[in-house]
Amino acid sequence: MLSALLSHDRPASRLLAALLVAIVVGLAFAPFLFPGAKSLSVAAKILVFIVLVASYDLLLGYTGIVSFAHTMFFGIGAYGVAIALARLGPGWGAVALGVALALALSLVLSFVIGLFSLRVRAIFYAMITLAVAAAFQTLASQLSDLTGGEDGLSFKVPEALTPGFSLADAPFLGVSLDGRLLSYYLLFFAAAALFLVMLRIVNSPFGRVLQAIRENDFRAEALGYRTVVYRTLSNVLGAGFATLAGALLALWLRYNGPDTSLSFEIMLDILLMVVIGGMGTMYGAVVGATLFILAQSYLQDLMRIAGAALGDLPAAGGFLAALLSPDRWLLWLGVLFVLSVYYFPAGIVGRLRARAAAAKP
Amino acid sequence: MSGALLALEGVHTHIGAYHILHGVHLTVPRGGLTVLLGRNGAGKTTTLRTIMGLWRASHGRVLFEGADIAARATPEVARLGIAYVPENMGVFSDLTVEENMALAARGARRAAEIDRARLEWIFGLFPALRKFWLHPAGLLSGGQKQMLAVARAIVEPRKLLIVDEPTKGLAPAIVQNMVSAFRELKRTETTILLVEQNFHFARALGDTVAVMDDGRVVHAGTMAALAGDEALQQRLLGLALAAHH
Repeated sequence: MLSALLSHDRPASRLLAALLVAIVVGLAFAPFLFPGAKSLSVAAKILVFIVLVASYDLLLGYTGIVSFAHTMFFGIGAYGVAIALARLGPGWGAVALGVALALALSLVLSFVIGLFSLRVRAIFYAMITLAVAAAFQTLASQLSDLTGGEDGLSFKVPEALTPGFSLADAPFLGVSLDGRLLSYYLLFFAAAALFLVMLRIVNSPFGRVLQAIRENDFRAEALGYRTVVYRTLSNVLGAGFATLAGALLALWLRYNGPDTSLSFEIMLDILLMVVIGGMGTMYGAVVGATLFILAQSYLQDLMRIAGAALGDLPAAGGFLAALLSPDRWLLWLGVLFVLSVYYFPAGIVGRLRARAAAAKP
Repeated sequence: MSGALLALEGVHTHIGAYHILHGVHLTVPRGGLTVLLGRNGAGKTTTLRTIMGLWRASHGRVLFEGADIAARATPEVARLGIAYVPENMGVFSDLTVEENMALAARGARRAAEIDRARLEWIFGLFPALRKFWLHPAGLLSGGQKQMLAVARAIVEPRKLLIVDEPTKGLAPAIVQNMVSAFRELKRTETTILLVEQNFHFARALGDTVAVMDDGRVVHAGTMAALAGDEALQQRLLGLALAAHH
């Protein structure tokens, strides 16, 4: 049953399985295990990014397409929900309309980009997507009547998802059963469902063709597969899932602006998450997104504690404390990335699987 | 045998600024095994790639069952019933042997749908594939990869099988295995076009032979005639043959 749910793509490493179970349990019970507004926001962000990173892995890891337009589709999803709710007022109909329009726009755009440019060499394709994404970002900030420009859009979500909405008067296990909790579980189940669908896609015969194309596209052509068609389909699918991730983000934040969903910084984050987790594994998206966002959110706190502890020491302690000052968190994040890419070139999942395979007789 | 399955008429191929094929005329009779011989750089592999549409012929016609396929895209050529085993084998090393085979079987979407009897026949030709069925193809030895590449090409009946140097770099025992496999394939009346440098292997299998030099076919005839005429062998194959003695 579980194996069928995972499309028979087992983690293939005990350590990895344990890590995944820990992440899933942690996310499933986050509101109860880690109470507080910040931790819930971090957990929600992880959920959204698992979907976003997995959809990018579908492109990069499984098909070998390097695209820099992935945040554009993420942004389209977020703007779709934001604009629909801001214009039409809070209601499920508006959410559905926003998601539908955003999906339609993403699918058309990704189809056209794919069809016209996936015939060219990978490096040119990457550059074309970069140009399109930059143009789109400019467009989004110029059309300020529609998108709110650089300020973005704040909007009301359907009542059931607001903090004011209450499911029960008495708190359950110390957590009040309000609309925020409902929002979180909407995100959780949506993210889980989307991830499982993607896992099914990459493990289908279609997914095998994508892997064959990534490895040797001439050979795939000689077997009779039209690689342009498969690449374009992969592009469209990746864009669709990224759009849905964007819609989830907007619903959670009740705000959307260029920096939350469109910025190039997010594109880099996604790339790093895929590489750290392990390309072409899907599970890498779960591990990569979780570790990255945890580090991004809590490294500063951790350093503040370490810095304070070292501050009491004389002389050398002062230098160490300065190094560990919370302001230097980006430096340490950078060091962590360099080390992880150096020691785990196949990503954490790739490394764990290789270890498990080597341990077998 | 009834006429030509494949015929190249005056085919020229350019790769970038280089003019590689200078008007190739080649006939592959239906149901037989044709060997394409020639020294390195004679244009044998380019000829195969031009047939598959991986390089475009700049001139001339490639006739398959009478229709000109020179302008067709590679996937379309493959779908006409032509299987191609390139020199570098091109197995998908991240995928398992099973998945490699399933990819090549267009009639079956999953390995379970591959014709069972045919699969048993292939396992009979290449027993190693049964043993490593669920292993990633990247872990196979060179000889086993070559077996997989050939097996993948015959997972379903094809009209024409094009194989580029199946014995290159293989141990003698595995070459012998290949000879038996191709003998068995010949029995099924599959038309085969084989590029080969190993004359002994070629002589053991070939019905007809074409020898290439400098982007042209300089000799075409039966293998029996070439095998029986040492002077002709010397003239056509010269050093290449001497190196094998």
